[in-house]
Amino acid sequence: MTAFLQLEGLVKRFDGVVAVDRVWLAMERGELLALLGPSGSGKTTTLRLLAGFDTPDEGRVVVDGEDVTGIAPVSRRFGMVFQHYALFPHLDVRANVAFGLESLGVHGPELDRRVERALALVDLAGFGPRRIGQLSGGQQQRVALARALAPEPRVLLLDEPLSNLDPTLRERTRREIREVIHRVGITTVLVTHEQDEAFELGDRVAVMRSGRLEQVGTPDELYGAPANAFVAGFVGRSTMASVTILGPSSRGVRIVVEGIEWDVDAPAGATLPPPGPALMLVRPEALRLTPPDAGAIPATITSRRFVGPSAVFTARTDGGTVLEVVAPSQSVPAGARVGLMPSRRMGGGIHLFPPDGR
Amino acid sequence: MKSPRRVRLGAALLLALLLWLVAYPLVLVLLEGIRAPTGWTLAFVRQFLARPTEWEALWGSLWISVASVLLAGAIGIPLAFLFARYDLPGGRLLGGLVALPAVLPPLVGVLAFLFLYGETGFVSLLVQRIFGLTDPPWRLQGAGAILLVHAYSMYVYFYLFVRAALQSFDGSLLEAAASLGAGRWRTLWLVVLPQLRPALGGAALLTFMTSLASFSAPYIFGGGFRVMPTQIVATRLNGDDRLAMVETLSLTLLALVALWVFRGARETGEGTGSKGTAPARIPVRHPAARVAVAAAGWGLATVLLLPHLTLLLVSLVPVGTWTTEPVPPAYTLRNYLTLLQDPVRARPLANSLWLATVATAAAVAIALAGAISSARRAGRDARAIETLLALPWAVPGTVFAIALATAFSVHAPWAGRVILVGTIWILPLAYLVRNLPITSRAILAGVRALDPSLDEAAATLGAGRARTLRRITLPLLRPALLAGASLAFVTALGDFVTSIMLYTYDTRPISLEILSSLRQADVGVAAAYGVVLMLVSAAVFAVGAERGSAG
Repeated sequence: MTAFLQLEGLVKRFDGVVAVDRVWLAMERGELLALLGPSGSGKTTTLRLLAGFDTPDEGRVVVDGEDVTGIAPVSRRFGMVFQHYALFPHLDVRANVAFGLESLGVHGPELDRRVERALALVDLAGFGPRRIGQLSGGQQQRVALARALAPEPRVLLLDEPLSNLDPTLRERTRREIREVIHRVGITTVLVTHEQDEAFELGDRVAVMRSGRLEQVGTPDELYGAPANAFVAGFVGRSTMASVTILGPSSRGVRIVVEGIEWDVDAPAGATLPPPGPALMLVRPEALRLTPPDAGAIPATITSRRFVGPSAVFTARTDGGTVLEVVAPSQSVPAGARVGLMPSRRMGGGIHLFPPDGR
Repeated sequence: MKSPRRVRLGAALLLALLLWLVAYPLVLVLLEGIRAPTGWTLAFVRQFLARPTEWEALWGSLWISVASVLLAGAIGIPLAFLFARYDLPGGRLLGGLVALPAVLPPLVGVLAFLFLYGETGFVSLLVQRIFGLTDPPWRLQGAGAILLVHAYSMYVYFYLFVRAALQSFDGSLLEAAASLGAGRWRTLWLVVLPQLRPALGGAALLTFMTSLASFSAPYIFGGGFRVMPTQIVATRLNGDDRLAMVETLSLTLLALVALWVFRGARETGEGTGSKGTAPARIPVRHPAARVAVAAAGWGLATVLLLPHLTLLLVSLVPVGTWTTEPVPPAYTLRNYLTLLQDPVRARPLANSLWLATVATAAAVAIALAGAISSARRAGRDARAIETLLALPWAVPGTVFAIALATAFSVHAPWAGRVILVGTIWILPLAYLVRNLPITSRAILAGVRALDPSLDEAAATLGAGRARTLRRITLPLLRPALLAGASLAFVTALGDFVTSIMLYTYDTRPISLEILSSLRQADVGVAAAYGVVLMLVSAAVFAVGAERGSAG
């Protein structure tokens, strides 16, 4: 089975600067893909290439077997929710939602029915006569979603849909968006710089940097087997240290951290760098605090941050590296001398990359 | 957004149209000044340089303009501080009344001053009577008279600009200065004035350019005093067309030098970017002070309203009944009936209305097209289009009138020249070109304030360009369009300087009818026309502001 939506080697340059660099993606029908990356990574440009606002310098966009690269946004039948919603301020909610349907020639009772259905979908039934200015941010967001979905587009594009909401509202709206999208079953591309948003909404997540796709995978894959230090660092909490790889061991791999030898799990997926200097990326839960004994890296606790029953401790090793460790909240006070050891639990959390991070 | 070929083509056509209407006539004037039937020549330039009267006129224009800036600033700036910083009794109403000179078209203002302070004017007679003088106490003539009119009509620029700047002033700056131990004068000098610089620069530039181009006041009151705009008209009436071209050129150069001197002050009224609330107004609490301030305020308002009231009064006086009495012995509505019923006298009113309507519609259409293509960056033409739209502002009205009269008095279609002079189309064209800067400035501001993603949203919802324009862009631009249109309409309706050089009998506008009524000593009808102009201007401004803010 071929993919429903395909991005085939998209390239976009602005004044000679490459904004999108050979992006290949294939999505199944009904899949929700999150484009995740820092600002300037090319994710928004990719979305605009999809919508047709910009034309790629190279590559094609194919939907359901049809090449839409040269087709204007007007005829593309892609729905879009804009970062600032772009609701028409002089029209009421009903007229906003009806706008796209009218373009398709829908009118009369059929139009009313479909507008009401779209509003009901986002839980705003009866809001038709309201003015846009009377709505809260969350309601505007949902009107924008209803407006984009009403003409039953082939693909839905979401540009940072939650960035304008306050944090308490964000989580709830995130849930609502996911429900609506799954109920409609529409193929969706979401652009975000928030890892939480990408992980909760996306069936798969595509991490972008400097116009390139760094890795595409399910949230589990990205977290458990990041392709490089950038992805590992961008996804989830982690700290880094320079290490030396000695070679394979009984548990997985033997490394030297600040003169101390550790036996750690070999990371899943990624190929292990050859023996020699390497970059270690470590999740807070992959380390544990011990008394400052032999076999542990001596360190001093500099601060702790409560996360319920456990806390994230920041420790500075005697070698000057800053590492984060999760441990029970009450275990040690700030300023205490401790030792750092890999967690006893198996299951990754320590990733090794060549010294340049690639 | 990518610009399809059709949009780029539209922008190119617009650019061509503007080049033809705005730049081409000016270039022709420049060429005419250095060309004789026999070939290129500097004879006219030399003739210009050799005539002392030319230098006198140029110098007159320059110093009158500088003096107008100083006078208008001296009146407008304190008023702005007064109304923006102090909570006066009736301050809101007074603050609005202070802007009233804006509804007087230049010639009508001059007319009102004539009725007030002229040799047989209201105030002059009053002073003469009080002091038992045998002669009028002053003659409303020469530089002093011109300056009086300029100061009255142009302090409004300083007042409005500075007041707006003070209202958007970040009050926390004052608090910060106070907390750092700066006294009142030090704060004014080091904090307030630098923040006001864009407003002051903008108002000074506007006043200078308006004075430089001012025609009505020198024309009516000038007497022997020479300024360049009236000099140009006189030279042209003498038939020295080539010399008039050189004079035109000299005035344009003076305007360009002024623009260069004030080059930092173009972005006016945009605010400083600092977001803060304006400092609270200082209430005037002491009862005696309140009374004094209120009395001074209403006294001021009366002085400012006197011209308007005088016009109204004179317009109600029957012909020849009011000679030496302090107040008119009889009142009548006949003057108004005359200009409505007499087919010959009613014609200018109808003319001005249709001329202004046509010119306004065209100016709005061109400005809208220009603003959209400029804001959407439809190709490299955008910058050129914006410059051409603003250019007529830098060129005095007399110059443009000459330029258009030159360009469109020859039938040479292959050179882009057709005969329009003497037809009914030359005046609407002239009004249109002169109105492009103010109209496009208002509309461009509106277009820039539009969120471009609204267009993109409409596109993803399947709306084509026409539907997006009709359903989204135009409704959202309504305030800007109304503001631009009302400015253009009022300016065109009251125009005198362009009209006097280009009108034909069939298209004579109100301003020329006022002039001819004056010459026939038919002051009642002249005043009635003035009142009508004033009321229509005020009504159009009010509609523009009202509908504008409601949208």
